[in-house]
Amino acid sequence: MRAVVNKMSLKFESHSVNEAFARQAVGAFVAQLDPMMEELGDIKTVVSEAVTNAIVHGYADRSGFITVAVRLFEGRVLEVKVKDTGCGIENIEQARQPLFTTGDDTRSGMGFTIMESFTDRLRVRSTPGKGTLVTMVKVLKERDA
Amino acid sequence: MLHITQAEHSGALIVALTGDLDHHAARAAIEQIEDLLVLYPCEKLVLDLSGLTFMDSSGLAVVLHLHRTCARGGREFVVRGAPPQPMRVFEASGLPQVMVFERGE
Repeated sequence: MRAVVNKMSLKFESHSVNEAFARQAVGAFVAQLDPMMEELGDIKTVVSEAVTNAIVHGYADRSGFITVAVRLFEGRVLEVKVKDTGCGIENIEQARQPLFTTGDDTRSGMGFTIMESFTDRLRVRSTPGKGTLVTMVKVLKERDA
Repeated sequence: MLHITQAEHSGALIVALTGDLDHHAARAAIEQIEDLLVLYPCEKLVLDLSGLTFMDSSGLAVVLHLHRTCARGGREFVVRGAPPQPMRVFEASGLPQVMVFERGE
Protein backbone atom coordinates (compact mmCIF):
# COMPACT_ATOMS: atom_id res chain seq x y z
CA MET A 1 0.00 0.00 0.00
CA ARG A 2 1.20 3.48 -0.86
CA ALA A 3 1.37 5.93 2.03
CA VAL A 4 -1.18 8.75 2.12
CA VAL A 5 0.54 12.12 1.89
CA ASN A 6 -2.49 14.38 2.31
CA LYS A 7 -6.28 14.15 2.19
CA MET A 8 -9.39 16.31 2.34
CA SER A 9 -13.13 15.97 2.01
CA LEU A 10 -16.01 18.26 1.13
CA LYS A 11 -19.72 17.80 1.84
CA PHE A 12 -22.25 19.99 0.08
CA GLU A 13 -25.87 20.04 -1.03
CA SER A 14 -26.87 18.78 -4.48
CA HIS A 15 -27.36 22.20 -6.11
CA SER A 16 -25.98 22.56 -9.63
CA VAL A 17 -24.16 25.77 -8.65
CA ASN A 18 -21.94 23.53 -6.47
CA GLU A 19 -20.53 21.72 -9.54
CA ALA A 20 -18.12 24.63 -10.05
CA PHE A 21 -17.36 24.81 -6.32
CA ALA A 22 -16.44 21.11 -6.20
CA ARG A 23 -14.12 21.08 -9.23
CA GLN A 24 -12.41 24.33 -8.22
CA ALA A 25 -11.88 23.14 -4.64
CA VAL A 26 -10.40 19.82 -5.81
CA GLY A 27 -8.25 21.67 -8.36
CA ALA A 28 -6.93 24.00 -5.64
CA PHE A 29 -6.12 21.02 -3.36
CA VAL A 30 -4.33 19.10 -6.12
CA ALA A 31 -2.29 22.19 -7.06
CA GLN A 32 0.19 21.25 -4.30
CA LEU A 33 1.43 18.45 -6.61
CA ASP A 34 2.16 20.99 -9.36
CA PRO A 35 0.22 19.05 -12.02
CA MET A 36 0.53 19.83 -15.72
CA MET A 37 -2.23 22.10 -17.08
CA GLU A 38 -3.72 19.16 -18.99
CA GLU A 39 -3.77 16.96 -15.86
CA LEU A 40 -5.42 19.71 -13.81
CA GLY A 41 -8.04 20.16 -16.55
CA ASP A 42 -8.68 16.40 -16.60
CA ILE A 43 -9.14 16.29 -12.81
CA LYS A 44 -11.57 19.21 -12.79
CA THR A 45 -13.48 17.62 -15.67
CA VAL A 46 -13.94 14.22 -14.01
CA VAL A 47 -14.98 15.82 -10.70
CA SER A 48 -17.54 17.90 -12.59
CA GLU A 49 -18.86 14.79 -14.37
CA ALA A 50 -19.23 12.70 -11.21
CA VAL A 51 -20.80 15.51 -9.17
CA THR A 52 -23.20 16.33 -12.02
CA ASN A 53 -24.25 12.67 -12.22
CA ALA A 54 -24.99 12.70 -8.48
CA ILE A 55 -27.10 15.87 -8.84
CA VAL A 56 -28.95 14.91 -12.03
CA HIS A 57 -29.43 11.18 -11.47
CA GLY A 58 -28.72 10.37 -7.80
CA TYR A 59 -30.91 13.18 -6.51
CA ALA A 60 -33.29 13.46 -9.46
CA ASP A 61 -36.37 13.61 -7.24
CA ARG A 62 -35.03 15.27 -4.07
CA SER A 63 -31.99 17.15 -2.82
CA GLY A 64 -29.33 15.57 -0.63
CA PHE A 65 -25.67 15.69 0.28
CA ILE A 66 -22.70 14.85 -1.93
CA THR A 67 -19.30 14.04 -0.46
CA VAL A 68 -16.09 14.50 -2.44
CA ALA A 69 -13.01 12.97 -0.78
CA VAL A 70 -9.51 13.31 -2.21
CA ARG A 71 -6.40 11.42 -1.08
CA LEU A 72 -2.88 12.07 -2.37
CA PHE A 73 -0.53 9.08 -2.17
CA GLU A 74 3.22 8.78 -2.52
CA GLY A 75 4.31 8.63 -6.14
CA ARG A 76 1.95 11.41 -7.31
CA VAL A 77 -1.10 9.15 -7.15
CA LEU A 78 -4.43 10.89 -6.71
CA GLU A 79 -7.70 9.26 -5.66
CA VAL A 80 -11.06 11.05 -5.87
CA LYS A 81 -14.24 9.57 -4.40
CA VAL A 82 -17.63 11.11 -5.15
CA LYS A 83 -20.46 9.72 -3.03
CA ASP A 84 -24.17 10.34 -2.89
CA THR A 85 -26.97 8.69 -0.93
CA GLY A 86 -29.52 9.10 -3.72
CA CYS A 87 -31.50 6.62 -5.79
CA GLY A 88 -28.55 4.52 -7.00
CA ILE A 89 -28.00 2.96 -10.43
CA GLU A 90 -29.98 -0.16 -11.42
CA ASN A 91 -27.64 -1.21 -14.23
CA ILE A 92 -24.08 0.13 -13.94
CA GLU A 93 -22.86 -1.52 -17.16
CA GLN A 94 -25.63 0.18 -19.14
CA ALA A 95 -24.97 3.54 -17.44
CA ARG A 96 -21.30 3.34 -18.45
CA GLN A 97 -22.07 2.82 -22.14
CA PRO A 98 -21.19 5.82 -24.36
CA LEU A 99 -24.23 7.95 -25.27
CA PHE A 100 -26.50 6.20 -22.74
CA THR A 101 -28.46 8.71 -20.69
CA THR A 102 -31.73 8.93 -18.85
CA GLY A 103 -31.30 12.71 -18.58
CA ASP A 104 -32.73 15.56 -20.64
CA ASP A 105 -31.17 17.30 -23.66
CA THR A 106 -28.53 18.97 -21.47
CA ARG A 107 -27.01 15.50 -20.95
CA SER A 108 -24.88 13.85 -23.63
CA GLY A 109 -24.48 10.37 -22.13
CA MET A 110 -20.69 10.81 -22.33
CA GLY A 111 -19.94 11.46 -18.63
CA PHE A 112 -18.63 7.99 -17.73
CA THR A 113 -16.73 7.74 -21.04
CA ILE A 114 -14.90 10.97 -20.19
CA MET A 115 -14.24 9.84 -16.60
CA GLU A 116 -12.72 6.62 -18.00
CA SER A 117 -10.66 8.46 -20.65
CA PHE A 118 -9.22 11.06 -18.26
CA THR A 119 -8.27 8.77 -15.34
CA ASP A 120 -6.22 5.62 -14.90
CA ARG A 121 -8.88 3.68 -12.97
CA LEU A 122 -12.62 4.13 -12.50
CA ARG A 123 -14.80 2.05 -10.19
CA VAL A 124 -18.54 2.53 -9.72
CA ARG A 125 -20.40 0.95 -6.81
CA SER A 126 -24.10 1.52 -6.46
CA THR A 127 -27.04 0.12 -4.53
CA PRO A 128 -30.51 1.02 -5.78
CA GLY A 129 -32.27 3.11 -3.15
CA LYS A 130 -29.07 3.70 -1.18
CA GLY A 131 -26.67 5.64 -3.37
CA THR A 132 -23.58 5.59 -5.55
CA LEU A 133 -19.83 5.78 -4.93
CA VAL A 134 -17.54 6.66 -7.84
CA THR A 135 -13.81 6.15 -7.25
CA MET A 136 -11.25 7.52 -9.71
CA VAL A 137 -7.48 7.17 -9.60
CA LYS A 138 -5.04 9.22 -11.64
CA VAL A 139 -1.26 9.00 -11.63
CA LEU A 140 0.35 12.37 -12.30
CA LYS A 141 3.48 12.65 -14.41
CA GLU A 142 6.78 13.33 -12.67
CA ARG A 143 7.86 16.98 -12.93
CA ASP A 144 11.46 17.90 -13.54
CA ALA A 145 13.06 19.66 -10.57
CA MET B 1 -20.77 31.80 -14.73
CA LEU B 2 -21.34 31.75 -18.49
CA HIS B 3 -21.81 34.86 -20.61
CA ILE B 4 -23.24 34.78 -24.13
CA THR B 5 -22.74 37.52 -26.71
CA GLN B 6 -23.65 37.65 -30.38
CA ALA B 7 -22.49 39.39 -33.57
CA GLU B 8 -23.46 39.17 -37.23
CA HIS B 9 -20.87 38.86 -39.97
CA SER B 10 -21.47 38.13 -43.69
CA GLY B 11 -24.70 36.20 -43.18
CA ALA B 12 -23.32 34.30 -40.20
CA LEU B 13 -24.44 34.60 -36.59
CA ILE B 14 -21.41 34.38 -34.30
CA VAL B 15 -22.31 33.39 -30.75
CA ALA B 16 -19.45 33.66 -28.25
CA LEU B 17 -19.47 31.83 -24.91
CA THR B 18 -17.28 33.15 -22.10
CA GLY B 19 -16.80 31.39 -18.74
CA ASP B 20 -17.67 27.85 -17.59
CA LEU B 21 -19.99 25.64 -19.66
CA ASP B 22 -21.24 22.93 -17.31
CA HIS B 23 -24.58 21.34 -16.43
CA HIS B 24 -25.47 24.40 -14.31
CA ALA B 25 -25.13 26.66 -17.37
CA ALA B 26 -26.23 24.29 -20.16
CA ARG B 27 -30.01 24.72 -20.04
CA ALA B 28 -29.85 28.54 -20.14
CA ALA B 29 -27.21 28.40 -22.90
CA ILE B 30 -29.39 26.23 -25.15
CA GLU B 31 -32.43 28.44 -24.58
CA GLN B 32 -30.56 31.72 -25.14
CA ILE B 33 -28.89 30.51 -28.34
CA GLU B 34 -32.19 29.09 -29.66
CA ASP B 35 -33.74 32.54 -29.02
CA LEU B 36 -30.88 34.24 -30.88
CA LEU B 37 -31.44 31.97 -33.90
CA VAL B 38 -35.05 33.20 -34.02
CA LEU B 39 -34.05 36.86 -33.61
CA TYR B 40 -31.20 36.73 -36.13
CA PRO B 41 -32.09 34.64 -39.20
CA CYS B 42 -28.79 33.41 -40.67
CA GLU B 43 -27.31 30.85 -43.05
CA LYS B 44 -24.54 29.86 -40.67
CA LEU B 45 -24.08 29.62 -36.90
CA VAL B 46 -20.54 29.99 -35.57
CA LEU B 47 -20.17 28.95 -31.92
CA ASP B 48 -17.07 30.77 -30.70
CA LEU B 49 -15.70 28.92 -27.66
CA SER B 50 -12.38 30.79 -27.41
CA GLY B 51 -13.52 32.45 -24.15
CA LEU B 52 -14.40 29.20 -22.36
CA THR B 53 -12.56 28.64 -19.08
CA PHE B 54 -14.03 25.14 -18.54
CA MET B 55 -16.31 22.66 -20.28
CA ASP B 56 -17.54 19.18 -19.37
CA SER B 57 -19.85 16.73 -21.16
CA SER B 58 -22.77 19.14 -20.71
CA GLY B 59 -21.01 21.24 -23.36
CA LEU B 60 -21.16 18.25 -25.72
CA ALA B 61 -24.91 18.16 -25.22
CA VAL B 62 -25.18 21.88 -26.01
CA VAL B 63 -23.14 21.48 -29.21
CA LEU B 64 -25.09 18.39 -30.31
CA HIS B 65 -28.37 20.22 -29.67
CA LEU B 66 -27.27 23.19 -31.79
CA HIS B 67 -25.94 20.87 -34.50
CA ARG B 68 -29.41 19.25 -34.76
CA THR B 69 -31.19 22.62 -34.69
CA CYS B 70 -29.00 23.95 -37.52
CA ALA B 71 -29.42 20.75 -39.56
CA ARG B 72 -33.21 21.03 -39.26
CA GLY B 73 -33.11 24.69 -40.35
CA GLY B 74 -30.70 24.06 -43.24
CA ARG B 75 -27.97 26.14 -41.59
CA GLU B 76 -24.26 25.52 -41.55
CA PHE B 77 -22.83 24.98 -38.05
CA VAL B 78 -19.22 25.54 -37.00
CA VAL B 79 -17.49 25.28 -33.61
CA ARG B 80 -14.59 27.73 -33.45
CA GLY B 81 -11.58 28.32 -31.23
CA ALA B 82 -12.11 25.74 -28.46
CA PRO B 83 -9.26 26.06 -25.89
CA PRO B 84 -7.22 22.95 -24.93
CA GLN B 85 -9.39 21.71 -22.00
CA PRO B 86 -12.73 21.82 -23.87
CA MET B 87 -10.98 20.40 -26.95
CA ARG B 88 -9.85 17.34 -24.96
CA VAL B 89 -13.49 16.74 -23.97
CA PHE B 90 -14.58 17.09 -27.62
CA GLU B 91 -11.84 14.72 -28.77
CA ALA B 92 -12.77 12.09 -26.15
CA SER B 93 -16.33 12.20 -27.53
CA GLY B 94 -15.37 11.82 -31.21
CA LEU B 95 -17.44 14.89 -32.19
CA PRO B 96 -14.63 16.55 -34.23
CA GLN B 97 -14.91 13.61 -36.66
CA VAL B 98 -18.56 14.35 -37.44
CA MET B 99 -18.84 18.15 -37.35
CA VAL B 100 -16.79 21.19 -38.29
CA PHE B 101 -14.25 22.47 -35.77
CA GLU B 102 -12.16 25.52 -36.68
CA ARG B 103 -9.13 26.79 -34.82
CA GLY B 104 -9.33 30.29 -33.35
CA GLU B 105 -8.08 33.26 -35.29
